[in-house]
Amino acid sequence: MKTSTNDMIMEVKNLKMYFPITRGLLRRKIGDVRAVDDISFEIRKHETLGLVGESGCGKTTTGRCILRLYQPTDGSIIFTGVDISKVPERKIIEHRRDMGVIFQDPFGSLNPRQSAGSIVGDPLKVHRMATGKALKDRVTELFKIVGLDPSMMDRVPHEFSGGQRQRIGIARALACNPSLIVCDEPISALDVSIQAQIINLLEELQQKLGLTYLFIAHDLAVVQHISDRVAVMYLGRIMELTDSSELYENPLHPYTKALLSAIPIPDPVAERTRMRIVLKGEVPSPVNPPPGCHFHPRCSLAIAECSQMRPPLRDVGNGHYVACIRV
Amino acid sequence: MALLDVQDLKTYFHTEYGLVKAADGVSFHINQGEIVGLVGESGCGKSVSILSVMQLITSPPGEKAGGKVIFEGKDLLKYQPNGPEMRALRGSKITMIFQEPMTSLNPVLTIERQLTETLELHLDMDKAAARERAIELLKMVGVPDAAKRIDDYPHMFSGGMRQRVMIAMAISCNPMIIFADEPTTAVDVTTQAQLLELMKDLVTRLDTSLVIVTHNLGVVARYAQRIYVMYAGRIIESGPAESIFAQPKHPYTIGLLNSVPKLGERHGERKLIPIYGLPPNLINMPPTCAFLPRCTAKIGRCAKEPWPELRSVGKDHYISCYVDIKGK
Repeated sequence: MKTSTNDMIMEVKNLKMYFPITRGLLRRKIGDVRAVDDISFEIRKHETLGLVGESGCGKTTTGRCILRLYQPTDGSIIFTGVDISKVPERKIIEHRRDMGVIFQDPFGSLNPRQSAGSIVGDPLKVHRMATGKALKDRVTELFKIVGLDPSMMDRVPHEFSGGQRQRIGIARALACNPSLIVCDEPISALDVSIQAQIINLLEELQQKLGLTYLFIAHDLAVVQHISDRVAVMYLGRIMELTDSSELYENPLHPYTKALLSAIPIPDPVAERTRMRIVLKGEVPSPVNPPPGCHFHPRCSLAIAECSQMRPPLRDVGNGHYVACIRV
Repeated sequence: MALLDVQDLKTYFHTEYGLVKAADGVSFHINQGEIVGLVGESGCGKSVSILSVMQLITSPPGEKAGGKVIFEGKDLLKYQPNGPEMRALRGSKITMIFQEPMTSLNPVLTIERQLTETLELHLDMDKAAARERAIELLKMVGVPDAAKRIDDYPHMFSGGMRQRVMIAMAISCNPMIIFADEPTTAVDVTTQAQLLELMKDLVTRLDTSLVIVTHNLGVVARYAQRIYVMYAGRIIESGPAESIFAQPKHPYTIGLLNSVPKLGERHGERKLIPIYGLPPNLINMPPTCAFLPRCTAKIGRCAKEPWPELRSVGKDHYISCYVDIKGK
């Protein structure tokens, strides 16, 4: 892709993540779940790259590969000049310090028996970055950054509301001053009126701290709001990747078009004139994905060739990438 | 005249922490063949309101604390929850589609049994006729290979397909009203679009009224003709969809609309305006407006007087607020 390597914080090339399916006493391998099936993209410094798709499309798996929480089956992940997919397990911690993660579930991702302050301070202890008073000061600072009252440090997670718990998760992700943060559905467990508070906080933090986000979510309206560029995934592959406004104004892939038209806008007048594409059928299983383009069995534009070869993700101008031979 | 008229419905729960007024004087009506949206965040009492209409609230801890539900000239709340009158209505004239199809279908019964039970009970069909009708219903809701799949169990269906079965069940006895409680919250957007379009087509064809209960403002904007917005156990704004979205008048509705990202807005074009603070805890609420602590438009009167009654602010447009807000 066109940008120079200096602007890039991460480059993912031909990433594959297959999970084996085993059967029987000997756990004989009988197949693979192709959660991520050969995808390539880059993340630029200080940008928010949105990763959007429906459940099971591989967006969370992609995020976890990038954090090396999974060992990818194949492909490379170049982060700050190093291919972290090849780094041995015991050394990965050095690279992971530069990455943070915010999880979806603010209830499940915080240890219920640990105090909020200790949760936020954990990464600093793990990476041996601070102890004693320095640790306490840093945690206090982090609490203030995310808009929590530092006097609540000794409380345990259940004493906080959902939005506040997500703030604890954000503070923990920021603890080691990471350059890249993977946000995996950070707002989908929250109430509508609280979601905006967290979105605004993430945007403010990005500006203040110069962060880069990989923002994973299923809600295209939210992704579009927060992202500079958006990648649309379907069944383990990237179907389209472009600027977030271009994606809405000029979607090219038939799946993106269907996805956009499926999302209702809170405006009844606009809704009356909107085009609606209702997809037929359901997403096929990643165990046995259709040959050629994964989307072709549900696509209204599909021709014979679509089932024969996988369409490459090609640039159609101005950094607008689309994986479809009919465009 | 309205098909269903709910007046001043009150449902309270007696908990160990205190009294929870989950629905506290809820009034709404549904006209023949209409799609109505009931919107609000979790815990605002929208599900409790429709469960109370259906008399599906377990007592104790729940309590029918007052109100009327007028349907076909009779007050349904006068009937016993398990009495013959309610049992004859539930599942036939008034039906429900629940949020989570996996937990609302019985996992140990085949799809056939679950569909034919209603048919045999309410329409007095024999086994063979009921099976035939069940297959026809599955075809209507777009389950492929219906004649074969009717013998499957719920776990063999995907989430979207299970919800189609729920829809088939809901329309099986030609209902007059369908309550859909967050019908698409558990499914993906493209499946959501499939299901909602299906429901809309079916209710139009069968001339049934549909009440969609949801927290998704987009869904009501797309499908509902009239909307009720709930907060802390009360309806705080109601009106035709166009006026609610174009000229919302209650500070909470305005706040809610300003806080959601809209598809098509350019990145960085608009900063979201969150509603600060938290939704209230419904235990032992003060008598004043429950939105007061989060309200940016409050005036002196709000803290002194009780929660305002609904007042008219336009054609069929009502709000429960003392403040007059001009513009959006």
